[in-house]
Amino acid sequence: MRVVIIGAGQVGSSIAADLASAHEVIVVDCDEERTEELNYSLDVLGVTGDGTSVSTLEEAGIGEADMVIASTDDDETNIVVCSTVKAISDAFTIARVKNTEYLRTWERSERAFGVDFMVCTNLLAAESIVRMIGLPAARDVDPFAGGKVQMAEFEVDEESPVANQTVADADRFDSLTFVAILKNGCVEIARGETLIEVGDRVVVIGSPESVREFAGSVAPEESQGTAEEVVIVGGSEIGYHAARLLESRGFKPRLVEQDTDRARDLAERLPQTVVMESDATDIEFLEREHIGDADIVIAALDSDEKNLLVSLLGRRMGVERTIAIIDTNDYVELFETVGVDVGVSPRSVVAEEISRFTREGEAENVALIESDKAEVLEIEVDAESILADRPIHESVADLPDGVVIGAITRDAEFITPRGDTVVEVGDHVVVFADIDVGEEVATRL
Amino acid sequence: MKLRVDARASLSLVGSVLKYLAVPLCLPLVVALYYGDPVAPFVATIALTVAAGVGLERLDPDPEIRPREGFLMVAATWLAVAIVAAVPYLIEAHGIPMVTQPINPESTLGNPANALFEAMSGFTTTGATVLGEISFDAHTRSIMLWRQLTQWLGGMGIVVLAVAILPELSVGGAQLMDAEAPGPGIEKLTPRIAETARALWGAYLGLTVLEIVLLYSLNVAGVDQAMTLYNAVAHGLTTMPTGGFSPEARSIEAFSATAQWIIIPFMVAAGTNFALFWHVLTGDPRRLFGDSEFKFYVGAMGTLTAVIAGILFAGGLVGAAPAGETFDAAYLETVRAQIVGQVEPSLRYAAFQAVSIVTTTGYANMDFNAWGPPAQYLLLFAMFIGGSAGSTGGAVKIVRWYVILKSIRRELFTTAHPEAIRPVRLGGRTIDENAVRGIYSFTLLYIVIFFVGAGLLFLDSLRIGPTLSVLEVLSATAATLGNVGPGFGIVGPMGSYLAFSDASKYFMVGLMWIGRLEIIPVLVLLTSEYWTR
Repeated sequence: MRVVIIGAGQVGSSIAADLASAHEVIVVDCDEERTEELNYSLDVLGVTGDGTSVSTLEEAGIGEADMVIASTDDDETNIVVCSTVKAISDAFTIARVKNTEYLRTWERSERAFGVDFMVCTNLLAAESIVRMIGLPAARDVDPFAGGKVQMAEFEVDEESPVANQTVADADRFDSLTFVAILKNGCVEIARGETLIEVGDRVVVIGSPESVREFAGSVAPEESQGTAEEVVIVGGSEIGYHAARLLESRGFKPRLVEQDTDRARDLAERLPQTVVMESDATDIEFLEREHIGDADIVIAALDSDEKNLLVSLLGRRMGVERTIAIIDTNDYVELFETVGVDVGVSPRSVVAEEISRFTREGEAENVALIESDKAEVLEIEVDAESILADRPIHESVADLPDGVVIGAITRDAEFITPRGDTVVEVGDHVVVFADIDVGEEVATRL
Repeated sequence: MKLRVDARASLSLVGSVLKYLAVPLCLPLVVALYYGDPVAPFVATIALTVAAGVGLERLDPDPEIRPREGFLMVAATWLAVAIVAAVPYLIEAHGIPMVTQPINPESTLGNPANALFEAMSGFTTTGATVLGEISFDAHTRSIMLWRQLTQWLGGMGIVVLAVAILPELSVGGAQLMDAEAPGPGIEKLTPRIAETARALWGAYLGLTVLEIVLLYSLNVAGVDQAMTLYNAVAHGLTTMPTGGFSPEARSIEAFSATAQWIIIPFMVAAGTNFALFWHVLTGDPRRLFGDSEFKFYVGAMGTLTAVIAGILFAGGLVGAAPAGETFDAAYLETVRAQIVGQVEPSLRYAAFQAVSIVTTTGYANMDFNAWGPPAQYLLLFAMFIGGSAGSTGGAVKIVRWYVILKSIRRELFTTAHPEAIRPVRLGGRTIDENAVRGIYSFTLLYIVIFFVGAGLLFLDSLRIGPTLSVLEVLSATAATLGNVGPGFGIVGPMGSYLAFSDASKYFMVGLMWIGRLEIIPVLVLLTSEYWTR
């Protein structure tokens, strides 16, 4: 597939890096330095020029392109790029936007603006935060099969009941399958004898109830009481969407915003949220409002440093879990080492979503583990699939290494896959696959 | 000193309204011809209002209305129509010198103070009366119909009607309606203000006709012989404007229980925001039942009804008929036998009176002077509630109380959490802080005027009489300022305001006037900043 990416910022570059191994990638940016650099650092072609002009697009070979991804930092530019592309070719267009209004418009009439797929940075980041709030200790959560199946990633600490056990011993949760263990950033397929050590991350697939139950036993102290108290610091668009999504799930979050007009505006739009106007680093204020008693603090200010500061302050006051928005990808790991429980980078969330979408192909749904180390696919089984009408222990022999069948849904009912389970045509299977074999699995199942 | 208000433009528009007032005056004229009553009061008034109207219009052939002119025009219009409406009453009592003989020289309305009181009470839909004897022996049917018709014209607003039909008001129309319409601000339903005004008047007319048909069908079905066609029309004309005038001396008590039950929902509708009916008619009925003001309004009346019904059921009537009241011991015995321990009558009397007072209609289906103090004080309290914004009801308006309650709750919350920001919400919308401030100042002003007004009336009664109890003075002030109508004691539902001195009556005319226009548009005319800067 020939992919043209407009905008070589953090998002564009990381999508390019994800796609470069499997596709022909051309990156367009008006900054010559950036395109030059990409020419060397990645196996892609850099083209310098304005992505909204037809001549630049033609130079990038728009005629043969199968897909165009507009990922500059400016919403309007991205939309104009997609419209322009639609006018001169029939490539599939993906636009990244920040403003949710554009997304609403696009949802009302697909193909609006000439955009075939639209991703909204702020909304995606907020969604990924809110998904984690439902599950204490989870680092990443993705729903599959219309919400009947969940994939979740947990960190194992000393108190965890599965620490220092083999997968076979740990496998005592109903409707839950251990699919992989992440050790020092490497993905290992979970086999019966694999040892789960402190500091590892485990990837599980199961029904939402079982995942929640597992989460509860991994972090018993955090799951006390279901009515979690959430404090959002910073009324950025991400903060606003997080509050809005939490409201729709029945939470009554508190939101701290320093700017008077913005605070008033948010208070008007968020009826179930208590909006406070204050500097979130004012310790006296934090103490007066008992922020330390909160279960979760989400730092969504517009600067990474302030988010780190707020997270550390929260931690120190006794907040159980801190989630920080971190704009600069490279800081995520650093911040997590220093004391932020989960760092969410809006750009990498978006890059992941776009990469995920380009890979979907034959799969119904895809999630990426650790950006690009492994993927979880949802596939509808047809008559040609090697899984069809066979028990799993037979078909697994025909599949490459690095594949685990995590869950099956049949007529929207959850089925725990075991060796003797017979997969039928029309079932949805959720499989975990190493990134190297992902493409192969997707075609053969 | 130079005036910064174009008073000529305002008066010219007042002239237009006066000119067109001749049209509704034709209705009692036709009725007079039908019943063979003398036509002089109406012919003369039509001539007068057309002449005055045309004369005023000449002040400015091309009036331009800006916000300030709007206030003056609305306030002056209401005063002018009341004066014109008093003319038929005066002619009835005095005749036209050297042209016609008096029709009814005994009429209490021969006194100009009384005639103006009755006319202003009509147009402002108050329903307080100074008619001595209410019967067709004392007054012709056409005069009585004019009295009913003034309320109907005033209900939805004479200026709203003018905006609906006068093309020259299309630009300043929203401003004018805003100054006149009850409640904080108007809701523009359509892009053109004239269409909005027509929609409101259409809903108003439709409901009025429906009520007339339903009431008269009782007569046709033989359920209620007292509900003649004349009575059905007369009461239809005063229910929807929350007026309260009745050509029957005993008000609604003269009719059957069925008729009383039919009138209750129409009073409720009259106190509802008419914009909601427009939404229902354009196919969005959820807007009515989902409206938080409507829910609060119905809830308030429901609660009041339940409490009063309980009191009446348990026997909460006065022990003995006090001297000088509008009823005697025999009446008290009759109602006691009828109500105490009886479910339907307790509920009916409670619901009818609660709805009648909250919506500021002022009808009575019994003399509530016979109620004991607990039930009476509840009614006095209800006089301050008022109908919804955009309804025909008077007093403070339910929406203002709702906003005040919510902002008090906010105040309590922010006391504990000083940094919290809580907009006041009305349904899904948030209310601007300036609007909240406006609501506070209006309500405070209303209460101040109420107490000052009550004090002045009391002083005047000490000077000239009649001897008034505190409850009587308070209720008379609340009933005129809130456009309710009846109060307690001598001004009770079967009584009248006749005993007050002329000075007090003129004062109450002023209270009704500023009460109907919601105080601010009139008070602003009294400031020098309005005229000179």
